[in-house]
Amino acid sequence: MGEVNPIEIELTVNGETRRCRVMPHRLLVEFLREDLGLTGTHVGCDTAQCGACTVLWNGRPVKACNTLAVEAAGAAITTIEGLAPSPKGIADEAAWHPMQRAFHEHHGLQCGFCTPGMIMAAIGIAERHGDALDEETVRAELEGNLCRCTGYQNIVDAVLAGARAMTPAAQRGDG
Amino acid sequence: MRPFTYSRPGDIAELRRLLATAGDDARLLAGGQTLIATMKQGLAAPEALISLAGIDELTGIRVEQEALVIGAMTPHADIVRSEEVRGRIPALTTLANEIGDPAVREKGTIGGSIANNDPAADWPAALLGLDAVVTTDRREWSASDFFTGMFETALAPGEVIVSVRFPVPRRGAYAKFPNPASRYAVVGVFVAEGADGTPRVAVTGAGPVVFRWAEAEARLADHGFRPDALDGLSHPENGLNDDIHASAGYRAHLIGVMTRRALTRLAAADEAAE
Ligand SMILES: Cc1cc2nc3c(=O)[nH]c(=O)nc-3n(C[C@H](O)[C@H](O)[C@H](O)COP(=O)(O)OP(=O)(O)OC[C@H]3O[C@@H](n4cnc5c(N)ncnc54)[C@H](O)[C@@H]3O)c2cc1C
Ligand code: FES
Ligand code: FES
Repeated sequence: MGEVNPIEIELTVNGETRRCRVMPHRLLVEFLREDLGLTGTHVGCDTAQCGACTVLWNGRPVKACNTLAVEAAGAAITTIEGLAPSPKGIADEAAWHPMQRAFHEHHGLQCGFCTPGMIMAAIGIAERHGDALDEETVRAELEGNLCRCTGYQNIVDAVLAGARAMTPAAQRGDG
Repeated sequence: MRPFTYSRPGDIAELRRLLATAGDDARLLAGGQTLIATMKQGLAAPEALISLAGIDELTGIRVEQEALVIGAMTPHADIVRSEEVRGRIPALTTLANEIGDPAVREKGTIGGSIANNDPAADWPAALLGLDAVVTTDRREWSASDFFTGMFETALAPGEVIVSVRFPVPRRGAYAKFPNPASRYAVVGVFVAEGADGTPRVAVTGAGPVVFRWAEAEARLADHGFRPDALDGLSHPENGLNDDIHASAGYRAHLIGVMTRRALTRLAAADEAAE
């Protein structure tokens, strides 16, 4: 086999341009967690079943355990850390994304392991359906995200509320 | 995962040059939704991956005469979002929207799915049901010649799928019984009335490879596209898959149920259009 060398890639992570050298077989989730220290993205199953590793790729949810980091060259990746960008981190409640706030208010988490992936998937659902979102659609589209704690009811409530809060009218304050 | 070299050509000519020098141990990488998992498990260990992500001409959906042409690298989710698809063959919108989950649909591609030819994959039913044509970098395959066996296709080593051309039928509908965990088809049936009125019934998930149910097609030709055209007809269970997900007998039963369900959807779509 020919010698395998790291490859230089440039991509945007949480709004910041990064230039990095990665091995071709580095998974996107390993790159985010181990190379960039963004450990908010979790690894549950490592087999594309549970959704704990879901990140946004050019605004759309993908499973980072099933994607190579080199493939992300040129893409914009958003992890849970990028949703509430504040020097104070997640402690800064005022900076929370509407979906994070909805999960907090509706008690959409217990242990929190699935939560970063759930929130990324939920943002995808809200973006796809906007005002037209209903409970049945939320349940169908959470197919790829497993939660072992909540029983889903509060997650579904949170996604519906978060999606409402993400509509342009709600963002302007007149919704 | 075993280390491998990686390249990302910018067009098909460059891809063909890379394939010519890479040798037998190179694999094409599309959405990676099947291939990466296979490599993680050690079931595949290619020495070189050639990514198709940089080749723009492989992505996109266009309308050509009486057909929809979908680029091999078009993700399932783009097909779901496409108004061209929804307007001409809404059954493809439904089918694409029921593959796996939203994140898998954003990365997984139609080309990767048919090249992989999983016996439980959804796209093969649509291709065979609609008599689609697979265009590669060197020739055209009719769907009936393309899917040759379990995880096997007519593709030669290094042959690249460029697009799939679906002729627009008069009507079409897909019904699947998904595996509750994976969403792959335990049985999926695509029923179509072709532009010339010919019935086609294509079944995925039930056997080693997608196939047509000739007896059901004959009934539809004689009695019209109605669920009761199949009264008294059932599919034999010999030759069907028999595994932890479902017995051959259960799959045979599901073929009948899913075919009738697809026919009911056809009728409902007609009423909605009136
Ligand atoms: C959790 C999960 C659930 C899923 N559920 C379903 C489901 O319900 N129904 C379903 O049908 N599928 C399902 N899939 C599979 C999914 O549809 C994948 O998209 C598909 O199997 C492979 O497409 P890909 O683009 O990811 O291809 P890859 O994994 O990148 O490639 C697959 C194979 O095709 C070859 N290949 C790719 N593109 C080309 C090309 N243009 N020309 C020649 N060869 C090519 C590759 O070399 C490789 O051998 C699921 C997958 C996952 C992970
Ligand atoms: S860790 Fe990626 S889907 Fe479970
Ligand atoms: S909150 Fe524990 S897994 Fe979902």
